[in-house]
Amino acid sequence: MDDTSYVGMHYRSEDFNEERPNRYTIIRAQFDKWFSRKVRDAGVVLLCETTVKELLRDTHGKVIGVKTDRDGGTALADVVILGEGVNGLVGQRSGLRSELKPDSVALAVKEMHFLPREVIESRFNLKGNEGVVIEAMGTITAGMTGTGFLYTNQESISVGIGCIVSDFAENGTTPYGLLEAFKNHPSIKPLLANSECKEYAAHLIPEGGYKSIPELFGDGWIVVGDAGQFVNAVHREGSNLAMTTGRIAGETVVWLKRRREELSKANLAEYKRRLDETFVMKDLKKYRKIPEFLHSNKHVFGLYPRLVSAAAQTWFRVDGADKLTKEKEILRSFRKGRSLPGLIGDAFKLARSWR
Amino acid sequence: MHIVVCMKQVPDSAQIRVHPVTNTIMRQGVPTISNPYDLFALEEAMRWRDRFGGEVTVLTMGPPMAEDSLRKALTFGADRAVLLTDRFFAGSDTLATSFALAGALAKIEQEFGKPLMIFTGKQTIDGDTAQVGPGIAKRLGLNQLTYVARIVDLAPEEGHITVERRAEGGVQVLSTRLPVLITMLEGVNEIRRGSLDDAFRAARAKIVTWNAADAGITDLTKCGLRGSPTIVKKVFAPPPRAEKAYQVATTDLSMEALAETVMDEIFKRQTSLEGDLMRFSAG
Repeated sequence: MDDTSYVGMHYRSEDFNEERPNRYTIIRAQFDKWFSRKVRDAGVVLLCETTVKELLRDTHGKVIGVKTDRDGGTALADVVILGEGVNGLVGQRSGLRSELKPDSVALAVKEMHFLPREVIESRFNLKGNEGVVIEAMGTITAGMTGTGFLYTNQESISVGIGCIVSDFAENGTTPYGLLEAFKNHPSIKPLLANSECKEYAAHLIPEGGYKSIPELFGDGWIVVGDAGQFVNAVHREGSNLAMTTGRIAGETVVWLKRRREELSKANLAEYKRRLDETFVMKDLKKYRKIPEFLHSNKHVFGLYPRLVSAAAQTWFRVDGADKLTKEKEILRSFRKGRSLPGLIGDAFKLARSWR
Repeated sequence: MHIVVCMKQVPDSAQIRVHPVTNTIMRQGVPTISNPYDLFALEEAMRWRDRFGGEVTVLTMGPPMAEDSLRKALTFGADRAVLLTDRFFAGSDTLATSFALAGALAKIEQEFGKPLMIFTGKQTIDGDTAQVGPGIAKRLGLNQLTYVARIVDLAPEEGHITVERRAEGGVQVLSTRLPVLITMLEGVNEIRRGSLDDAFRAARAKIVTWNAADAGITDLTKCGLRGSPTIVKKVFAPPPRAEKAYQVATTDLSMEALAETVMDEIFKRQTSLEGDLMRFSAG
């Protein structure tokens, strides 16, 4: 995207209507309610409105439970699985990991715009349970590392934008300012026309990738989900990684308990071993250099979108100029914008960090 | 001492919307909460239990999902929860509700001991009638103390209670004999945060669930829609005001200037007002 245009790639497929594993959008407030019911039906005791303040350790440093903010608030446990989210204060307070680094976490702001279902279906050309996800990058992030997004729900559209926190700090731009500009971009505005914004939210997203993964297990504890930085920023995946790490953690503990093994650090290493075999670790490892690449190559978010957009405009505009002249003009704009060695260097660096 | 608190799960009225076209209340997706007024009753009940010992039983009538608000009451520290749920109760107005609850209270007395006090909130936020509490008292032949701001004195042994009741134009101090039904005013206490033990107990607790037959309620003609003479003829949203609000612009932000500007605007629109005010202030 540049300030007035967008160049896009679309994919839609009838195959996505088949009952096969795929991604979908979900309203967490409703999903969590349903899911917690399932969990309780399975016999789990679920405590809400209780904040865990700290991990409880024995004299050898083994974690043996948690301290909560309620009266008499100590609960003992064989193992504590920490799924405390991106800003994991318990883990930080308990010295399991350091504070979040501003350059490895993104701040995203989001609004929910409500529209009747029929309007969304006709506007986005949808039927049944189909939905649309739009990911956008370019000048909308004012030169910062980040992306905008828009996705449809049945009766609402979620629209938001997020950038790396350290970029916000350097740039001085406000997240809500970015979101306003994004919503008013000529290629987004008509999609939101006549809608009513009824909810808004902000969230930190761990985007440091493989290299920022903290220690994942120790004597009597395991970390899962966002707290373990399990987000694939390139493919915009996070919930599935969180769910998978949670499942593997649960399975590991059950496996150890069945074998009557102690839940020590050495034994809980099994969690990491199992995790390494899943897409979670494999994907994060594959993209381990991407965060660094994106952070040190700001051209990706400013110059290139502008060049590509200008090129598309030159190419598609019918104005009497011959095609060879147009091709030359496009090539010239790229070389002027980012010199030949620069272009080759960027391509090379991207290819290397992709592997 | 056994105390029963009658509670209701209600839609969170802050989040109810009226359908712009049909003018009906949109109940779908509206989260439910414990009726806020009932929490003052619950806290008051628990305070007296803590002082004299005994048990607090919470009772609610509603659909199976009303269990959530009962579990919440247990988290706050109630000892036992009873859910009265049956499709025969659906569509109850206050008359039918007080009939069903009175039946359940009689059953509670049989099962768990005679309550010396029965509490309700002063009213619910969805119906706002304040009729169910007094209705229960009448059906069970209890003394009733409504709009109670403070329990001044309670002597369970002697069977005696003194309360302050907020009435129009003052505070009444009333004494009566136990057992008694009390509807508690809001703002008189603050619901406690239960201990971790309470939270665990609540999460694991088995809610006592009764249908009409379990509660010993046999006359189903007095229950639910059939037992409810109240008919809602029409629900409507008030028409939007024809006159739009308008903004008054001013650059000087001092208090005097703001007041001056606003008054000017008002006088401009209410031409007779300034003269009236002048006459009034002149004497």
